[in-house]
Amino acid sequence: MNRTAENNALWSYLEEVVDPEIPVLSIVDMGIVRDIQQTGQALTVTITPTYTGCPAMDVIAAAIRMELMAKGFSPVIIKNSISPAWTTDWMTEHGKQKLKAYGIAPPNPKQQVCSDELFAPHEAVQCPHCNSWHTSRISEFGSTACKALYKCAACKEPFDYFKCH
Amino acid sequence: MTQSYTNYILHLADNALILGQRNAEWCGHGPVLEQDIAITNISLDLIGQARSLYQYAAELKGNGATEDSLAFLRTEREFKNCLLAEQPNGDWAQTILRQFFVSTFQFYLYQSLLTHSDSTLAAIAEKSLKEVRYHLRWGSEWVIRLGDGTEESARRMNKAVSELWCYTGEFFVPADYETAAGSDPAGLKDAFYSKVREVFTQASLAVPENVFMHTGGKNGMHTEHLGFILSDLQYMQRAYPGCEW
Repeated sequence: MNRTAENNALWSYLEEVVDPEIPVLSIVDMGIVRDIQQTGQALTVTITPTYTGCPAMDVIAAAIRMELMAKGFSPVIIKNSISPAWTTDWMTEHGKQKLKAYGIAPPNPKQQVCSDELFAPHEAVQCPHCNSWHTSRISEFGSTACKALYKCAACKEPFDYFKCH
Repeated sequence: MTQSYTNYILHLADNALILGQRNAEWCGHGPVLEQDIAITNISLDLIGQARSLYQYAAELKGNGATEDSLAFLRTEREFKNCLLAEQPNGDWAQTILRQFFVSTFQFYLYQSLLTHSDSTLAAIAEKSLKEVRYHLRWGSEWVIRLGDGTEESARRMNKAVSELWCYTGEFFVPADYETAAGSDPAGLKDAFYSKVREVFTQASLAVPENVFMHTGGKNGMHTEHLGFILSDLQYMQRAYPGCEW
């Protein structure tokens, strides 16, 4: 990330671009914008996918281009970078709060039991609806590649957990 | 970069694409909803990995090649995936075991590629490895759950072992392009079988011995199944060349 006082305005434009799968979260909050380079009116934005198969990447690249071109920049070049690999640690604190308010449990700050061990105890995740810790994992694969499926034993609601990665 | 190196990247991509396509056949047919979602999530990861590799292969190849032309417009004999990846889904046990074998192999392979001199390949391996860890854990747990489960699930898992074991040997017989790329799959053999033995022991499954191993996929000599997969996979681009939506 190269956010500085000089290019702060550019970064804040990208805060207007949301992840189409999780529309409350900006791509900056998600940590998928890695770099912005400006030469005159030309911009090169480097983004990284959460998962290799994330189908939102093409939509996100198009949205970035539209947002920045609407602000008068041209050309806007989008570069894809996969190294270093994206991690949930790159999600902003602000982003995690917005996820929770939206009903998705944010990734735990520190991976607890996300190990290679088989039949390991499930990670303790707080219900985003009623804040109970009395929850259980239904499946480590959820509605999108980045989420796992949980249910709450207190309020009985199912919910997505943005799994550690 | 040489033609041989491009072939190596295509081999890695084809393994991921063909297994991803096979797993996708489960979409809407999984034994329970959560596992239907799991196997299709794994499918999506594999297709994502295949895309990264095809994009890179297209760049190396030049001459207007794209990830789409490589996936949709090559013929059966040009595909370099291992025979295991193209084997039919069979029942859930067979799908699970196939995934477990491939994930175990990919786990050790991608680890070895992290230090490859080609930094683009190393980056793809680093990204893919994070996903493969999930697949391997999930596959291992299912092999144990079924092998050590009921009489019926154990019977099916044993049947899957007898169907698929003979395709595991191909991973470790290097094709010319693997050797030229500085990849030594034979060196991963011990790690692979020791992981398999560990999981099979927990699953109460016997490890077969002295089985004839089929090879050929890496050099384009496939089982009869691949042609059918490609006819599904490539139909749109063959019928409507260049179609987009």
